[in-house]
Amino acid sequence: MRSLCVEPFQNFSVVDTGARRTLTYCSPWKTNHKHEAVLFPPPSRPIRKSLCVCLSSSSKLPVMMEEKKKTFDASEAALLVKELNESFRTGKTKSYEWRVSQLKSIEKMVVEREKDICEALYKDLSKPEFEAFVSEIAMVKSSCKEALKELKHWMKPEKAKTSMETYPSSAEIVSEPLGAVLVISTWNYPFSLSVKPVIGAITAGNATVLKPSEIAPATSSLLSKLFEEYLDRSAVRVVEGDVPETTALLEQKWDKIFYTGSPRVGRIIMTAAAKHLTPVVLELGGKCPAVIDSDVDLQVTARRIIAGKWQANNGQACISVDYIITTKDFAPKLIDALRKGIEECFGTDPMESKDISRIVSSNHFSRLQSLMDEYKVYNKIVVGGQRNQKELKIAPTIFLDVPGDSQLMQEEIFGPLLPIITVENVKDSIDLINSKPKPLAAYLFTNNDKLKNYFVQSVSSGGMAINDTVLHVTVSSLPFGGVGESGMGSYHGKFSFDAFSHKKAVLYRSFSGDSSVRYPPYTPEKQKLIKAVMNGGIFNIILALMGWSRD
Amino acid sequence: MATTEEGKTVFDVEAANVLSKELRDVFASGKTRSYEWRISQLKSIVKMCDEHEEDIADALRQDLSKPQLESIVYELTMVKNSCTLAIKELKHWMMPEKAKTSLTTFPSSAEIMSEPLGAVLIISAWNYPFLLSLDPLVAAIAAGNAMVLKPSELAPASSSLLAKLLPKYLDCCSIKVVEGAVSETCALLEQKWDKIFYTGNGRVGRIVMAAAAKYLTPVVLELGGKSPVVVDSDIDIQVATRRIIVGKWGCNNGQACISPDYIITTKDCAEKLVDSLKKELEAFYGKNPLESKDLSRIVNSDHYARLTNLLDEDKVSGKIVYGGERNEANLRIAPTILLGVPQNSLIMKEEIFGPLLPILTVSKIEDSFDIINSGTKPLAAYLFTNNKKLKQQFLMSVSAGGVVINDTALHLTVHSLPFGGVGESGMGSYHGKFSFDAFTHKKAVVYRSFVGDASVRYPPYTRGKLRLMRALITGNVWTILRALLGWS
Repeated sequence: MRSLCVEPFQNFSVVDTGARRTLTYCSPWKTNHKHEAVLFPPPSRPIRKSLCVCLSSSSKLPVMMEEKKKTFDASEAALLVKELNESFRTGKTKSYEWRVSQLKSIEKMVVEREKDICEALYKDLSKPEFEAFVSEIAMVKSSCKEALKELKHWMKPEKAKTSMETYPSSAEIVSEPLGAVLVISTWNYPFSLSVKPVIGAITAGNATVLKPSEIAPATSSLLSKLFEEYLDRSAVRVVEGDVPETTALLEQKWDKIFYTGSPRVGRIIMTAAAKHLTPVVLELGGKCPAVIDSDVDLQVTARRIIAGKWQANNGQACISVDYIITTKDFAPKLIDALRKGIEECFGTDPMESKDISRIVSSNHFSRLQSLMDEYKVYNKIVVGGQRNQKELKIAPTIFLDVPGDSQLMQEEIFGPLLPIITVENVKDSIDLINSKPKPLAAYLFTNNDKLKNYFVQSVSSGGMAINDTVLHVTVSSLPFGGVGESGMGSYHGKFSFDAFSHKKAVLYRSFSGDSSVRYPPYTPEKQKLIKAVMNGGIFNIILALMGWSRD
Repeated sequence: MATTEEGKTVFDVEAANVLSKELRDVFASGKTRSYEWRISQLKSIVKMCDEHEEDIADALRQDLSKPQLESIVYELTMVKNSCTLAIKELKHWMMPEKAKTSLTTFPSSAEIMSEPLGAVLIISAWNYPFLLSLDPLVAAIAAGNAMVLKPSELAPASSSLLAKLLPKYLDCCSIKVVEGAVSETCALLEQKWDKIFYTGNGRVGRIVMAAAAKYLTPVVLELGGKSPVVVDSDIDIQVATRRIIVGKWGCNNGQACISPDYIITTKDCAEKLVDSLKKELEAFYGKNPLESKDLSRIVNSDHYARLTNLLDEDKVSGKIVYGGERNEANLRIAPTILLGVPQNSLIMKEEIFGPLLPILTVSKIEDSFDIINSGTKPLAAYLFTNNKKLKQQFLMSVSAGGVVINDTALHLTVHSLPFGGVGESGMGSYHGKFSFDAFTHKKAVVYRSFVGDASVRYPPYTRGKLRLMRALITGNVWTILRALLGWS
């Protein structure tokens, strides 16, 4: 294999033309160009300017920020990694006390600055305070609380059973931190998706760099400020920025990279990580289906769909319901219930509702708009459809029976649009789901136990909720993460600790109990005895010791 | 699907594509998911190992002159043990794991389901061509996947035997073997897999991971590294020496990923250690180890040249204190000990993967930690000592895939321990239950009913709802009651 000479990185290029830098990955597979446009601004536009475009809706942030900042390039990134590795090597982040102190500081930060955090989220996404509290603040707080409570227990080496072959001995699995880790987060839950992985990294005793998303600039800059203020700067850092900064960071050797975002960038991250053999956690998305049987409690179902769609950052969430599959007969009833539910939640004019987030940026707005305007689907709207480009608002919109080859059914929607696909038999939904890449979540509403079982057995997805949506994300005893196109690795609760730990196998022996049977010169008798010992049959061992053997 | 000789078809990208599609279809049929299928395949592997013990030992003799005992014990018995364990535990492993739910989701229940990933690719190595092929295979079967195995072309006899035996014993629709070298591997790597399990070196590991990135395929990389042995002075030197020898030369003549790569000891202890090594080596392999039947040969002339090159470097050639004999014609190098080689020599920079063993000396045994930590993280690290404090320090400061105190290589046989590297020595782990987990997706499932739907969850959001939600999430019963009553 030494002669295997493929240049794996030939496709990976960072074009550097002054301010116009793009991260490109010329891939033969299908990419989501919409996402590309959003995450990586086109090269014709200076980076900082694009940041200001994003800031336009919250233009209060000073423009001087632009001049004040020096560029963060590869050499700066290298220096940063060196510093973090040095702090890591001092052993300080490994100590229980350090980890606890940092976790407590995060808790304190969240309590003391809740208002600032909510404000930043409002600036970036018009996120309702209730949502900001439930899905960002409370999530972070409960992660801290659990980690503080369980840390001692998590850090304890786990005893492992040993076998006859190694007798006498004892064994344990020691959880050790990996080193310097990089967390790249995203804009839709810019606070919790930044801080939760950082909590995992700290809990496990690593030195950490967080790169928040530039698409949620107010939260990004708040995180940078708050981390500086509350956390140990020598081991926990924030680097703000977009493509050039991310590229500079990705060129460094990390001991783990934790990325939340799109599959397209996920591929770039993993390719960059391969250069240094860095393990990655990729938290991606996908088209999360909700299958609705006809025997359900209609009102509860509709409310829970609404909660998992428009109440989840107006559909801009990775585990948000992407599309619904139901039977032809049931669809009209469901639509009525959803229409009624939407009105109860967001009023007769949802564009005026304070209880729904806006679309994050004009790029995403136009992406969603083009999904809506495709000629195959624009006349399929049965609820909603209103939009306001100036305020970046799109009302909860439901489509009925859009064709499978429409953009709406091909791409992850990540917004307030909800297509409903109808099938003859609810069981047919499973083939439809399995014809697509594996989603991050799959939902089923039914009272039929057989269908439940069948669904759970035959649909592969990161996670699942039966008769509800998105709720599995709050259960810290469950691993949260994707499979296939929806990502790799998982976190939450103890799984967060594990994601940033190496499980070191340790075997202890003493000098007694050394048997010459292990050593050359090898004789047939020795071979028989070792075989017997390894097979574990006590009779075989005795037989072999006595010089008899069955073979 | 093998070589171009005699008009046989070449295994190219197209063939690989067809193969992966076939496997995907078989997987989609659900056949490999059943408990019965998994058990039947595992049992067949045991049967295959039993019925072809001699053939397998022969193939290993051809590829590596591997001594019979090493072949039987380290390759076959290990594989059989993995099967036996999997057969015994499979039902238990497959069972969904109940998970606790919280007040936030009340009333509900939750579980973690282990589901197979799909079609997986296993690329194995030449040094333990059976064990390193079949052990991951057993894992992939236990987890219910369809798979293709690419054995190493550097152990051709074993590779072709595997290609012959597996279709005979196993379900050939779901378990395929592709023999070949670079071009076949590249063709396979261009396909979409649901997991790639690679055993080998860091250079190819990077290529495998970069290829996997294209399809977002998770990888397990079982690589190597320079596994150090630290020898303290207060020990039973004879036992330590013997255990080092069996981990080095007794493991495929040092051609093993967890073989001791170098020793660090104190200046005072070095001489005693060298004497003891000499004595025991002679007792084990006789006066002329090049003639010993109990030592593997070097796998091929490339590796032979690489090793002699390490030995012949100017800075190093004068440091041999034992051994050094070689025979190019039959690819043999005797157990060779070097004392005091400089740290910037090739032999201290590269993974040795052969019968050469340099000994470094330090003034204080604790200085060894800095030497180890100045290199990349090894797959294994060994320490011989009776000093409890040193043990603790070693464990705290040395990062490695696995650690053994007062022995070498033995952690490999303990099923309850995960086997795998960290950093440059790899990612992911296997053995025992960890093997099953390596080829499994842990699907989180929450079950709810339609009762217990609280309007507090839904807009329009009011101050009261926010207060109640706060209370609910905090989990404090009093706060909840107060919020429900409208006080706060």
